[in-house]
Amino acid sequence: MARNITYREALNEALTQEMERDESVIVMGEDNAGGEGAPGEHDAWGGVLGVTKGLYHKFPGRVLDTPISESAFIGAAIGAATAGMRPVAELMFVDFMGVCFDQIYNQAAKFRYMFGGKAVTPVVIRTMYGAGLRAAAQHSQCLYPLFTHIPGLKVVLPATPYDAKGMMIQAIRDNDPVIFFEHKALYDTAGPVPEESYTVPFGEANVVREGGDVTIVTLGRMVHTSLDAAAQLAASGVECEVVDLRTTSPLDEDTVLESVEGTGRVVVVDEAHPRCSIATDISALIAQKAFGALQAPIEMVNAPHTPVPFSSALEDCYIPDAQRVVNAVKTVTGWTR
Amino acid sequence: MTDTLERKTLTREQLLDAYRTMRAIREFEERVHREFATGEIPGFVHLYAGEEASAAGVCLSLDDRDTIASTHRGHGHCIAKGVDVGEMMAEIYGRRTGSCHGKGGSMHIADLSKGMLGANGIVGGGPPLICGTALAAKIKGTGGVGVAFFGDGGSNQGTTLESMNLACVWNLPAIFIAENNGYAESTASAWSVASDNIADRAAGFGMPGVIVDGFDFFAVYEAASEAIARARQGGGPTLVEMKFTRYFGHFEGDQQTYRADEVEHARAELDCLARFAARVTETGELTQADLDAIDAEIGAEIDKAVHDAKAAPLPTEADLLTDVYVRY
Repeated sequence: MARNITYREALNEALTQEMERDESVIVMGEDNAGGEGAPGEHDAWGGVLGVTKGLYHKFPGRVLDTPISESAFIGAAIGAATAGMRPVAELMFVDFMGVCFDQIYNQAAKFRYMFGGKAVTPVVIRTMYGAGLRAAAQHSQCLYPLFTHIPGLKVVLPATPYDAKGMMIQAIRDNDPVIFFEHKALYDTAGPVPEESYTVPFGEANVVREGGDVTIVTLGRMVHTSLDAAAQLAASGVECEVVDLRTTSPLDEDTVLESVEGTGRVVVVDEAHPRCSIATDISALIAQKAFGALQAPIEMVNAPHTPVPFSSALEDCYIPDAQRVVNAVKTVTGWTR
Repeated sequence: MTDTLERKTLTREQLLDAYRTMRAIREFEERVHREFATGEIPGFVHLYAGEEASAAGVCLSLDDRDTIASTHRGHGHCIAKGVDVGEMMAEIYGRRTGSCHGKGGSMHIADLSKGMLGANGIVGGGPPLICGTALAAKIKGTGGVGVAFFGDGGSNQGTTLESMNLACVWNLPAIFIAENNGYAESTASAWSVASDNIADRAAGFGMPGVIVDGFDFFAVYEAASEAIARARQGGGPTLVEMKFTRYFGHFEGDQQTYRADEVEHARAELDCLARFAARVTETGELTQADLDAIDAEIGAEIDKAVHDAKAAPLPTEADLLTDVYVRY
């Protein structure tokens, strides 16, 4: 039975249900319980934003706090995955990939291929991404394009509490390394989530709004921005179809192309920087495989090619908003040869 | 350097095993050295000859529960952990019959079914992984241990130091084996390692640190078996530093202009195989005939490995796209 819970609660429920179901599932990361070795409460934090709160006491010995030592514990999660565990490791902010990326892209991503198909590495690396919390340049980035580039990794970005739960369960049961991106501005958003366990398969985009005039391809937090824009545009008679990619690797090309065949006009909305982004990737896909259907050049809405600024006055300009999406849709609908 | 005076008693079978492992590594590496010179072996090859006592002396105390992670110079670790030499040779030749079906090569030979988590093309890549396999063994209660081999170069990587700290914090059944062969590529460890010994760093993490004559199989065995037994019993990690010299360059083709005649001296005076043979025949534990029989057996095995590798099929274009994911 579905009830409204938050994105954070949905993730916690997914972890709880999988840990109950499968004792090889373990959780590790900085402050994932919190308070380890300190005189106060254990499970003091449950992760810096509370996603793993409560697991420590429910699953003794299976929720591990770590030193601030990402190379060692992300690598340990990967090593444990090769040895029969299903670890869910938290790389607190994706910005910290710089201190441990080797373990992810040279080790986990390559074992299966490099070892001739003999390795299975069922690790989940949870990580927070995105701007909006005034967290500035080193705690706000959207680095999913970098991971998407690497063969051997799966990259997933749930936009709703429903997807957060179903995709986390899928990620834990998946036998490949999964990088699980959680937008920090979505944790408190609520939505209907079934109590029972379920999975959302990877590589299946979700058409979250149907419309015949323009296709908006988007992902993560930008799904909500795009839906806001689509609602505004509908009031003026422009019907947008909003496609939530949900996963960037694997990528559901068919759903994107099918929508574009129907509308002929495309806006791609991506919170990452514009160069070598998901927006450019989707644009290239459409240009290659649906060129004949296009009635206007593709518009991309991205954050600018700058670091994420701190000041609210600047960050609010930095993050793509509904108005920019509306403007882009007007550009593609107004375009004539 | 002198041999250890006292040692734990090894059975005749263990001594034969140890010699067989060291001889197999030596023969494998000497042969790859010669074959590489003909131009038939592609890519980068880093040979382990001279360091055999380390792999053999450590792995003699390991079993199927245990995992190891290796380095660029990984052939010796693979052989000592039981990876098939025929498949290894085929892998080095890039053949479809190789350990990794020709997709890994010398720097990535692995066999997870043997607990061999791969040679590693990244210096310092292995220790974090071994924290993970040791953690898995601890949680599952198998009694298994994880052993991270790394070089003097790898000893300076943050990954290695982070892993030592994590292993101590989590009290993991992990053993860190620093194989100090004197050079990280062409740079002397006497310069690049700021402390006098790599093993000195163990104190900073609160674990035992041991320095061993890496040419002395018995010394290696003593130190490693003690560390492994301690880890199995929940006593936590140990750092063991082997001091020795590699007989070949950093890679095949290295002119080694950074060093003088130390290899000649090591081969003549310190060689692990020669010292092992002298010792066991002197004590009467094994006879020269025992050793000769192993030499002949290994010689034939390596001959066959090279012959089969050269005759084996190459991977096909269809293989290019397989095994990226379990399911995509």
